[in-house]
Amino acid sequence: MSASTHPPSQASRRHALIYGSIGLVVALLILGAGTFVWLTQGGTASLVGGPFTLQNGNGQQVTDRDFRGKYMLVYFGYTFCPDVCPTTLNEVADAMDKLGARADRLQPIFISVDPKRDTPEVVKQYAAAFGPRLIGLTGTPEQVAAVAKEYRVYYAERRTGPGPNDYSMDHSSVLYLMGPDGKFVAPIRPDQNGTEMAADIGRLMS
Amino acid sequence: MKLRLTGLLLSALVLAPAIALAQGDGIQIENAWSRAAIQGRTGVVYLTIVDHGAADRLTGVSSPVAQRAQLHESFSEAGVSKMRPVPSLELDQGKPVVLAPGGYHIMLMDLKRPLNQGDTFPVTLTFANAGQVTVQVAVQGAGAAMPMHMPMHGNGMPGTKP
Repeated sequence: MSASTHPPSQASRRHALIYGSIGLVVALLILGAGTFVWLTQGGTASLVGGPFTLQNGNGQQVTDRDFRGKYMLVYFGYTFCPDVCPTTLNEVADAMDKLGARADRLQPIFISVDPKRDTPEVVKQYAAAFGPRLIGLTGTPEQVAAVAKEYRVYYAERRTGPGPNDYSMDHSSVLYLMGPDGKFVAPIRPDQNGTEMAADIGRLMS
Repeated sequence: MKLRLTGLLLSALVLAPAIALAQGDGIQIENAWSRAAIQGRTGVVYLTIVDHGAADRLTGVSSPVAQRAQLHESFSEAGVSKMRPVPSLELDQGKPVVLAPGGYHIMLMDLKRPLNQGDTFPVTLTFANAGQVTVQVAVQGAGAAMPMHMPMHGNGMPGTKP
């Protein structure tokens, strides 16, 4: 369609629309830049993490407050994950070894994003395979949804077959280092080996 | 005529296993290993397939230790870990296909028994041309990063912590 086929009123309305759009884009850019500055100045502390209530391997209630005074290294996964989760959790165990005495001030935590299948007993058994220090937590679907929301974690069920257990979970793979006050310190990349992970964490621990 | 037919049948009977063997010889499976896993959960098998014969295709996997087994692929997309079934894997002559952590793997579903470190169990791979090839899989620690017999020096094997 060409502009000449429109009456003037329609053309001006279109101009208004164009200028309006430009204005909106500029506004969004300013907003985005502002958010970026805010994030890089430590604003993320209030964006990632927060209070949670879950269950430990013995079925006891556990909250974020139980870990105050220690750094937390939080990883979200599921026990039906035979490939990626054990790989990451092994690097975490290796990083704990590499951190030496500093590891005493760090609590690695595995939180299941598959509460339907991951009972406290199973999570306990699964976590224990990666050394005595890793704590496995699960909860009701609502409790898991709440902690995932706090940590901005994405998870979703993907069917792999017709059976009730025939699904895998898509899940955010990043690890979260939380401070002794429970506040977010930094994300820890999962695609690095234990030595690199320990170096990253060691730098961030005061 | 009848004699000739019998002879033909006989030679076919003698030749058939030889052909099957020759086809099986075209496929070589190396470094088959697994990780310790809980009964009723999932297990994993990693291995390397080398096709010395003509191009082939891995079409199926099975193991008596699991109710079902599937070929899977793990990958990361925008910071999200994903895992999907893979219907088949193409094999080119002389080009090894590596099933390793964070990529292709055989997923064992609904384990009939726990896989303990030090165990071995069979897994059968079905190829479009080469037919079935069964290989013994060695179970390592839960978080093992590579097969035990592969050279690795330094401060011990990953995943073998107490």
